[in-house]
Amino acid sequence: MTGSRKLLIFGGMALAAFGMIYGLQYALFVEHQTLDRMGGSLAQSFTAAASRNLGQSQAALEQYGETKYDYVRQVDAHSHWIGLAMLMIVLGVIFERVNFSEGIRQMVAFSLLAGSALFPLAIILQTYHHGALVLKALAVVSSGLVIAALAATAWGFARSSTTA
Amino acid sequence: MPAIPRPFPNSASFAPANSASGFAPMSARRLYIFGGIALIAGGLLFGDVFAVFILHQNAARQGQALIAASRAVAAGNAAAVNEVFSHLGNVLEDRGTKVDAHVHMIDAGYLALLLALVQPYIALSRQTKKSLAALFIAGGVLLPLGIFLIHYVGLAGSPFSTIGWASVLADSAGGLLILVLIVQAWGFWQYLRSRQLSEPELPDPEPPDEDSMPRRALLTGGTILVLLGFLHGAYYAGTLLYEHEWMETAILQRLIGAATARNLDAATTEVNDFGSLAGARAVNIAAHSHIIEFGLLAMLLSFVQPFVFLSKKWKRRWVKVLLGGSVILPVFVLLELKFGLLAGGIADIGGLMVMVGLVGMLVGILRYSGGLDVAESAAGGAR
Repeated sequence: MTGSRKLLIFGGMALAAFGMIYGLQYALFVEHQTLDRMGGSLAQSFTAAASRNLGQSQAALEQYGETKYDYVRQVDAHSHWIGLAMLMIVLGVIFERVNFSEGIRQMVAFSLLAGSALFPLAIILQTYHHGALVLKALAVVSSGLVIAALAATAWGFARSSTTA
Repeated sequence: MPAIPRPFPNSASFAPANSASGFAPMSARRLYIFGGIALIAGGLLFGDVFAVFILHQNAARQGQALIAASRAVAAGNAAAVNEVFSHLGNVLEDRGTKVDAHVHMIDAGYLALLLALVQPYIALSRQTKKSLAALFIAGGVLLPLGIFLIHYVGLAGSPFSTIGWASVLADSAGGLLILVLIVQAWGFWQYLRSRQLSEPELPDPEPPDEDSMPRRALLTGGTILVLLGFLHGAYYAGTLLYEHEWMETAILQRLIGAATARNLDAATTEVNDFGSLAGARAVNIAAHSHIIEFGLLAMLLSFVQPFVFLSKKWKRRWVKVLLGGSVILPVFVLLELKFGLLAGGIADIGGLMVMVGLVGMLVGILRYSGGLDVAESAAGGAR
């Protein structure tokens, strides 16, 4: 088994297991409380408005927005880690058919692994620093890395069918 | 659909012991393939039923609840607001658990297919691998079942304050899947140390006597679908995600303002805007996730084609049906914003096509004579 395949299969399995463990701990210790807080703050916003306490209503609505911002990103990161890991394992099985030198294949595989690990991480870190430009940039660069690596893989498959 | 009366392709050195008419004993790999495709088909069926009979009705109930909340705010009735939100939470939980059950069932199926692919590189005994496969499929069934039951079981009889028994079932099943994956990773580590395959690899991608069209079409089509999904996701995240998040809070703010001012018509308009926004977000996310998942599914199915014992004509037919449905569903989900329920109906037909293609292949796997299993038994016996 070549180094690029090992990187994709082993890295993919590790990333899938990590994504699942992250999702499990989130479901066990955070998710229910977050959903309660999200629903509670929205309800509180309307209740305060009914009592004509507009300041409290506005504050509760802002808390709802922030909680939902975090929740969406936590769930997205969990699913993207596992989804990208599965793609890595699938590609790992057939990576010999990507018609590049092993050096280039290793670079593509490393880009996939790095992008797949960093992209969801950048999303999660945004929940600690809302709207931080550095983290947005990290998410853009890492997702770009995954897209570029997949495009290179598709090109490698196409080269294989024309040259084989 | 006649069975192909020939030995397993590219396995001349391993004489098949079972006839095509019999169902060969399940190896770990076949358990993963059979269970994986069944989980995916089951998850798709559940998703289609959910989309047709529950999704739109649930969205309408959410809108009604928000209108009721705005009326209660206008009347200055805080108790009624709390009652409405208690009901709204119930409606949202109903929807959320069904979406999660659908997604987790399909994802467990994908993982099962993936594990089938890497079985030759898992250096564990044949019996251990088979037991792990059975545990994984059991976990893949129990996880979505537990999630589905959360809404109906609630906190009844639970010793915990926020987690009910259905959540405990779902979390335990998730833990089981993680445990199986960790043992597989350990088996892979053992392989890296010994460098000995525990069973034969899947047959050559394109053996000369095999019709390569289904495999090539699934692999190429799958890669293109995944790439398109990535590009759509990047476009959505870059141009619409933050705008939609900002708009949601802004609409709610205007809704509360209109209700406080007792402007009920304006409040109703805001509720409608809120529904449209939720629809726009839902279709973009659904299109993004479905096109990628179908792409991945197509790539995975390209590997298991040697196990699909159908004639050339039928194998090609199921591949075309599956790829056609994989394009139709996400494209028409996106078009729902413009063409409404007509596009939604066509998207459901796309989902049905993927399901039909999968079940067709599943039938072919049932007819498989077990050539690779014989080889695997020989390898297992030698261990």
